[in-house]
Amino acid sequence: MEPHELALAAKYVGAGLAAIGTGAAGIGVGTLFGQFLNGALRNPSAVDGQFGRLIFGFAVTEALGIFALLISFLLLFAV
Amino acid sequence: MATEPGAVIHPIEQFHINPVVPINVAGYDVSLTNSGLYMLLAVALACLMTAIAGRGGSGVPTRMQALGEMAYEFTAGMVRSAAGEAGMRFFPFVFSVFFFVLICNLLGFFPYSFVATSQIIITAALALMVFLTVVFFGVKEHGTHFFSMFVPPGVPIYILPLVVAIEIVSFLSRPISHSVRLFANMLAGHITLYVFGAFVIMLLGAGAAVKGFAVLPFLMIIGIYALELLVAFLQAYVFAMLTCMYLNDALHPGGH
Repeated sequence: MEPHELALAAKYVGAGLAAIGTGAAGIGVGTLFGQFLNGALRNPSAVDGQFGRLIFGFAVTEALGIFALLISFLLLFAV
Repeated sequence: MATEPGAVIHPIEQFHINPVVPINVAGYDVSLTNSGLYMLLAVALACLMTAIAGRGGSGVPTRMQALGEMAYEFTAGMVRSAAGEAGMRFFPFVFSVFFFVLICNLLGFFPYSFVATSQIIITAALALMVFLTVVFFGVKEHGTHFFSMFVPPGVPIYILPLVVAIEIVSFLSRPISHSVRLFANMLAGHITLYVFGAFVIMLLGAGAAVKGFAVLPFLMIIGIYALELLVAFLQAYVFAMLTCMYLNDALHPGGH
């Protein structure tokens, strides 16, 4: 295998590996909404007051998945 | 652009900065670029909307006045909840940052337009502005007491050096995470839209047997568009919210 072919293969493998991180963020978002629902069903009257925190936690968690996706995209299209 | 099937797609091309009005001053390239144009447009839109909203001031609000009041109350609630009543002195700053980022994000959804917040240099400039404001006001208001925020109370003395080191590193890495979060979200969203758009064109260009499947990525684009609208608002909100939280450190260093 030629060196540049090897580099190309490594690029695609790296992009695939980076995309694993999005799954990890999926675990985080699932935990977040699951726990929120758990708490919300126990105390429905507190839901409205905590919605901002839910969305904030979602954005911060989801951003980590986006970082992994960004690395994957950069490897695929920009490197 | 890649339109024929099997061609390489270039989703990064949409983020290229091109001069719109070339200007050259003393050997320096200070052209008005598409990025600068959309930022000016965002500022003009924000100014226009607040000017129209603030014009009346009558007892019976017009639609624009109601919108302006809602925007004010929303941002004021955010500042009060994160930085307390003392944080209201930074309200104009937070309001400007929030609406600049929000309108920049939303302008990117028009086809053939440009999303200014997908450039790391722009989000980094905004995040550094917030960071330097926090450091400047913190030191000006509290002097050396500002640095007590690196020493959390109630930590045993033998792990204190480690905790202080971690606190300092996390403080210094704030502008990085603050800027990369916004930039990466907008970049990844627009790349995803482009990739699915390319799928539609590729399938339409393919044989008659698979042409009908082009509707599937098209439906996906509609779904992603809705999600990206949510993300555009959410990231502007998160950017402003984090700005408030960081300003809270400048106002109340070392606890609340």
